[in-house]
Amino acid sequence: MIQDLVVHFVYIGYALGVLLTFGTVLTWVERKQAAVMSDRIGANRAYVRIPFTQIRLVWWGLFHGIADGLKMLLKEDWRPRSYDWYAYAVAPWVVFTPVLLVFAVIPFGGTLDPGNLLQALPAAAAWFDGQTYPMQIARLDAGLLIVFAFGGMSIIGAMLAGWSSSNKFSMLGASRAGSQMISYELVMGLTVLGLILIYGTLDLNVMVQRQSGILLGFLPAWGVFVQPFAAILFMAAAIAENKRIPFDLPEAESELIAGFYTEYSAMKMGLFMFAEFIEIAIVSALFTTLFLGGYNLPYMADAGFTFPGNHVVPMAHGLVVVTQLLVFLGKVLLISSFQILIRWSLPRFRYDQVLVFAWKFMLPLAIANLTVTAVAVWALTP
Amino acid sequence: MSGQHKGAPVTRKPHVRKAYWNAPTMTWWERAYLFEILRGLFITGGVFLRNMGKWMTGRKGALTTYYPEETRADYAAGNRGKHILTQRPDGRPQCIACNMCATVCPAQVIEIDAAFDAGDPAHPRYPSRFEIDYSRCIFCGLCIEACPEDAIRMVKETPALPSGDRDHMWLNLTELISWNPQSDVAKPYPPRDGPGSAR
Repeated sequence: MIQDLVVHFVYIGYALGVLLTFGTVLTWVERKQAAVMSDRIGANRAYVRIPFTQIRLVWWGLFHGIADGLKMLLKEDWRPRSYDWYAYAVAPWVVFTPVLLVFAVIPFGGTLDPGNLLQALPAAAAWFDGQTYPMQIARLDAGLLIVFAFGGMSIIGAMLAGWSSSNKFSMLGASRAGSQMISYELVMGLTVLGLILIYGTLDLNVMVQRQSGILLGFLPAWGVFVQPFAAILFMAAAIAENKRIPFDLPEAESELIAGFYTEYSAMKMGLFMFAEFIEIAIVSALFTTLFLGGYNLPYMADAGFTFPGNHVVPMAHGLVVVTQLLVFLGKVLLISSFQILIRWSLPRFRYDQVLVFAWKFMLPLAIANLTVTAVAVWALTP
Repeated sequence: MSGQHKGAPVTRKPHVRKAYWNAPTMTWWERAYLFEILRGLFITGGVFLRNMGKWMTGRKGALTTYYPEETRADYAAGNRGKHILTQRPDGRPQCIACNMCATVCPAQVIEIDAAFDAGDPAHPRYPSRFEIDYSRCIFCGLCIEACPEDAIRMVKETPALPSGDRDHMWLNLTELISWNPQSDVAKPYPPRDGPGSAR
């Protein structure tokens, strides 16, 4: 029992560390990638001076994230004379917390066998008694449902923030956020239903394991090859869900100043921004898990590689664990970078276009995709 | 404008506004939206990869200049960048501290303290202090026009302006004169023989 607790505390620490690091690093990636895309140099002035020397570490502007955090912490925490100060104070956390909670059900690695890893310490290895743990904070049968449940909660935060600010801009932003997020959550759910039909499970870890097979004799059985339409629709809906350009209507700064968090300052506003950047990582992690084979390389499973033609390359357990952790982080970073590419390439939709796009374009496509998948699964299942 | 007929009936054709644009027509390919978005993403992604490739192979992948560590090499020859003071052959400033430039300066940024040098009867007045406040200078070049002695000129390079506060945006006599007059090809120094030259 204590062993379970230890392992899960390690997992939670790892997950929190990864998410907060991603939240900070992605601010840097966003700035730097935007600069490189538009022939600029980008943020590179913030530095850390090694004490008692004149050596300044610039590191390509990586420390701008720290400068941002310091600025947010030290700024005046200005509050509007709101009629609902409790909702106002609690709203950033209602946005921020579910974003972190979603990661609880996302598997960031295969099966961990602590006894195998700790062979150098026989006492510790014996303590774990050969028990194995999936590298996932909460192994739930309803994993995907939890994702949508927590994902839906951030709407409440946005609405609370907009309502309690007693500001017209905030209110407009919040109502936009509400209608947009509800519309796109529907699309997102329908795209994922196809995958649920194919894999026959809601458990994300099982989904990843199903994707390590081989398709048509040579393709890795990734979700993106099984459900290509769903992958595109899911990505678009997820960006809309995250309220980023081209769907950033709720915080359209040219029209609404900052939308539902107009009246927030200092670290409260920082929490909204931080939640947005962490959600980029979460969306990437979900996309990786559902469509890109999760923590596995192509043809890879917990035991090792199984290449087409039944070439089996077994791997040591420690190597597998490290590979899976790194591959997951690498895939998440790549997809995050792709999202940032989209953010700096496309212009913003008009508000009516956003909703028309959801209800008249993406929803029919998602339903068509689901219908075809259902018919195909019914026809192909013996 | 003579010869106009007063009161003649004026007939004008109705003004037809010129059409500057047509209604946008899009092919089905463009209206499908996704393909054009992908094309756009390929363009921006291509620029990103090209620039990243340059950065990672040690070249510069940006068009902008990393000012002030790096300044543009292609300033125009006549660019009014920063002021310099010309020198006599012995290295002393050519300036006679007549205060013409300080008088004409619209931003009033030039401060000159005159001093007397008995050892040089030809030019007994010289500036003991000559400072320009670049936080206020508007780089109009009127001081150059006003100078009777060709003692102040402007070169195309910009002064090292970026600074944390305005007090560090002053250039003093030493900085203004630390300049090699031989490198000015437009006005060689010492001046060539001819009409108007001192020799």
